Amino acid sequence: MNFETTIGLEVHIEMKTNSKAFSPAPVQYGSEPNTNTNVVDWAFPGVLPTVNKGALEFGMRAALALNCEITRDIHFDRKNYFYPDNPKAYQITQAQTPIGRHGWLEVEVDGHKKKIGIEEMHVEEDAGKNTHNPDGYSYVDLNRQGTPLIEIVSKPDIASAEEAYAYLVRLRQIIQFTGISDVKMEEGSMRADVNVSVRPIGSDKLGTRTEMKNLNSFEHVRKGAHYESRRQQRVLMAGDKIRQETRRFDEATGETVLMRVKEGASDYRYFPEPDLPPIHISDEWVQEVKNSIPEMPDKRRKRYVDDWGLPEYDANVLTQTKEMSDFFEETVAQGADPKLAGNWLMGDVNAYLNANQIGLLETKLTPEHLATMIKLIQDATISSKIAKKVFKEIITNGSEPKVWVEKKGLVQLSDPAVLQPIIDDVLQNNEKSIEDYKNGKDRAIGFLVGQIMKQTRGKANPKVVNQLLIASLKQL
Amino acid sequence: MAISEDKVAHVAGLAKLAFSKEELQKFTGQMGEIINMVQQLSDVDTTGVEVTTHVTDAVDTMREDKAVKGTDRELLLKNAPDHQDGFIKVPAIIDESEEA
Repeated sequence: MNFETTIGLEVHIEMKTNSKAFSPAPVQYGSEPNTNTNVVDWAFPGVLPTVNKGALEFGMRAALALNCEITRDIHFDRKNYFYPDNPKAYQITQAQTPIGRHGWLEVEVDGHKKKIGIEEMHVEEDAGKNTHNPDGYSYVDLNRQGTPLIEIVSKPDIASAEEAYAYLVRLRQIIQFTGISDVKMEEGSMRADVNVSVRPIGSDKLGTRTEMKNLNSFEHVRKGAHYESRRQQRVLMAGDKIRQETRRFDEATGETVLMRVKEGASDYRYFPEPDLPPIHISDEWVQEVKNSIPEMPDKRRKRYVDDWGLPEYDANVLTQTKEMSDFFEETVAQGADPKLAGNWLMGDVNAYLNANQIGLLETKLTPEHLATMIKLIQDATISSKIAKKVFKEIITNGSEPKVWVEKKGLVQLSDPAVLQPIIDDVLQNNEKSIEDYKNGKDRAIGFLVGQIMKQTRGKANPKVVNQLLIASLKQL
Repeated sequence: MAISEDKVAHVAGLAKLAFSKEELQKFTGQMGEIINMVQQLSDVDTTGVEVTTHVTDAVDTMREDKAVKGTDRELLLKNAPDHQDGFIKVPAIIDESEEA
């Protein structure tokens, strides 16, 4: 029997507003425990939440970027559950009126483009963080409590682990470009729940699904979904049934392991949040948010190819992250040639970031400095060899390239009046090479150029040196 | 009876409450009476009336996204059962959460 796989993804993304969704306490990652909290986050008796306009706006941005319809009349709901990471014993969420519905995004797998539907997306609050200690106690930090989240629920349109992976990559890219989140998996600002089911091909009813919760790596989603699909097929082939259960992805083995069997639907007793009045989203507000969304990667790619003549491949690499794309555009705005700027960013800059395991904005490099350096190379003030030195200096120490080049005396020597005596000197001291050259060994030229470069400490203009050297050799 | 003992026991469980047999019987009766009373609302003809989620006139009351420094931690921790190194200290938690 042949099966088809159906995957649905629920992705939670922390939004980087200044303050929390329903309290004015700061949203900040990595602070001392319980220092970014107030009485609302702690759910002290009698406190009242208020809706953060910025959190709703960020939610709308994400919804619009993902082609959703905006729900105009919204209210919040309570989802009731007991757990010490949330002292209220309920989460404020949008169960009945999600901010966005009926969206989609496009992925490409093996050269095939496919639209994956987004069922709905809603704004809600994150919970605090528990640390479980072997001493028999758990330690609760409520800093994260109340951080605004956007939950994005895909349609069960995803047909393979590869598509699930491509969906997450694309989703992260789009969200990153909206500027509402850093979408850092390692800091937990993006987490995915994965629902997997299989059914015999041709069956019109979806199979029973299993769920993996809170995966924080795209690779785990891919491996987990792949394993789960195979496992379910084996179970069905053996004549058994799939149980509705929650499973955990085990990194070490690459398998999924049973956590608990779900018995019936969860009983969250949702009801409209009485502490927060309903909100109407006007046409003007939607338009305002639309105008505030930065240009998306696909539009930027097209512009780089059409306006700046970049190859598709380069345009694609340069739009992988918003910081790279913004940096590139700023460098071009500072007067750098787009193709050269792109080459430096994709080559030396990326290599530096990978070698040092840091992000572009953590370096000392600025678009102005990169543009200045590129211009110094173009007008032959520095050689491409010296440029490597200059690059290292400006990305590590943030020096102004023109000033540094002059201070260090690295300006390229192009003046024949200066170079000729050096060439004559080198020729005088390397008679063997002249002999080799006369005997047709072209390699000798390379050696002589090397010697001249050595004499000038790499500053000689290679093009001028070559011309002068060949002319001198011919006269001998 | 408008509600069964099983249902009351289930709801009690969700609220982390445990009732004795006698209590369960007593509360089931009382809750039945409450539900019967509320039931009268279904006699009202609500044809064409939209679902009401709030009875307030306040619409669009929102706060600008400005952060205010957190409340002094020592003050907040005074209301915690126990604490250590700035954390709230609680008995070990077995993960039964279904949460975000």
